[in-house]
Amino acid sequence: MKIDFKHRHSAHCESGVSSNLLFHYGVDISEAMAFGIGGGIFFGYLPFIKVNKLPLTTFRCEVGGIFKRLNKKLGVDVYWQKFHNQEKAMDALDRSLEEGIPVGCRTGGYWLPYFPSAFRFHFNMHNLVVFGKEGDEYLISDPVFPEPVMCHRKDLIKARFAKGALAPKGTMYYLTSIPEKIDFAPPIIKGIKETCRRMLKTPVPIIGVKGIRFLANRIEKWPKKLGKRKAILHLVQLIRMQEELGTGGGGFRFMYAAFLQEAAGILKENCLLDLSRKMTSAGDRWREFAVIGSRNCKNRATESDSFEAMADILRDCANREAEVYQELMAVVK
Amino acid sequence: MKINEIPQDRGMMTDDVYEICYAVDDEGRYVLAASAGWEPKNITNDQAWKLIDGQVAKALKGIHAGRLSPLAFHMAKNQMNTGLLAKYAGFSRWRVKRHLKPAVFKRLKPAVLELYSDIFKITMKQLQQFPEKMDHLKHRKLQKNED
Repeated sequence: MKIDFKHRHSAHCESGVSSNLLFHYGVDISEAMAFGIGGGIFFGYLPFIKVNKLPLTTFRCEVGGIFKRLNKKLGVDVYWQKFHNQEKAMDALDRSLEEGIPVGCRTGGYWLPYFPSAFRFHFNMHNLVVFGKEGDEYLISDPVFPEPVMCHRKDLIKARFAKGALAPKGTMYYLTSIPEKIDFAPPIIKGIKETCRRMLKTPVPIIGVKGIRFLANRIEKWPKKLGKRKAILHLVQLIRMQEELGTGGGGFRFMYAAFLQEAAGILKENCLLDLSRKMTSAGDRWREFAVIGSRNCKNRATESDSFEAMADILRDCANREAEVYQELMAVVK
Repeated sequence: MKINEIPQDRGMMTDDVYEICYAVDDEGRYVLAASAGWEPKNITNDQAWKLIDGQVAKALKGIHAGRLSPLAFHMAKNQMNTGLLAKYAGFSRWRVKRHLKPAVFKRLKPAVLELYSDIFKITMKQLQQFPEKMDHLKHRKLQKNED
């Protein structure tokens, strides 16, 4: 049994799943648009949350937030369920598939057999769409892979019931009703407003643009405070968060720039094109940071690649982003 | 990032896998383009695996010295600590810790061994085995100019 589901290769799992599910029901929406309306872009340096004993840095909003906000703004109804029992979770999935509904699942990437071995870490926020079943093999549209993949029932159970931080608990979701006509302009404006507020006005020093500056100050002190070895480990973790986890490059900054460009056409605001360019250049600076950081990891750093120099790049990123959000605020007012 | 700047440094990804990058074309329009990987990412990914390698080596050392049971090896290889393994097994952490002792592990009931081997997706026989020597994890083909 196979639902006619169009798999579109995306950069990021949650925004990919969100846009692909909508696309299935005839809503022509790109990944970047889903990401932007869902207010996906973010920054948070959360040293009290540890991943592999190292502080967590995030470039995107909370898990599930993009999907939730996107559908709420578009007026799409969503069915969403968690499970205690593994058999019940699989039965519910099977039933929905038989009804011809493609189902989004939250999974732990470690247990998905089609992941290349280098990606197999315990991270429990991987989203995918199940859209068919042949015997015990499930047909899966995993947006970060070029083609649909197969996954055995046993492995899918393991992935849906991965344990540890942010355990998915068998979470599955699908769309139940979609408005006949969707006007993208109001959701875009709302999404931008939310994003700007979060990036500029969160009253905590570790979130948003302030968070980037905070991290810059911390990075400067890492070699002295932590010693060289640990400073490198912290850096590795940071760069991986920025680039490895399906960000489309530059810690989602390029994806957001793509969203702004698309939004410019819909809102007929040419100044958004300019802001998109500015966001791209902020993303380019983030990429530079990753290059220099990785040189430090490989002991190939030159004098100009010091931790101070990296901190300066981050401050520049913060300034560039702050400018974009401030101007965006003025545009959507 | 411009289209012609999209990195194609194959490393952590296997041959048939590409990832999507957002880049701008000559007219400044955003396009989705495939990338085979990026060297800074390959480097940091390698570093992350080196850490796991270190954990596995440490577990093996403990096993060879008679301090730890083979469970320690499989736990490290699966990137788990006693806390995470306890959650998967549905045991208390204390109980998992006890199973790391060679003497306790030897006396474990088949049902418990089966539970552990199911978690690690190996047979019960494999659960009781461990390599003599550290077999370093290799995920990427080393490039010519690599050390």
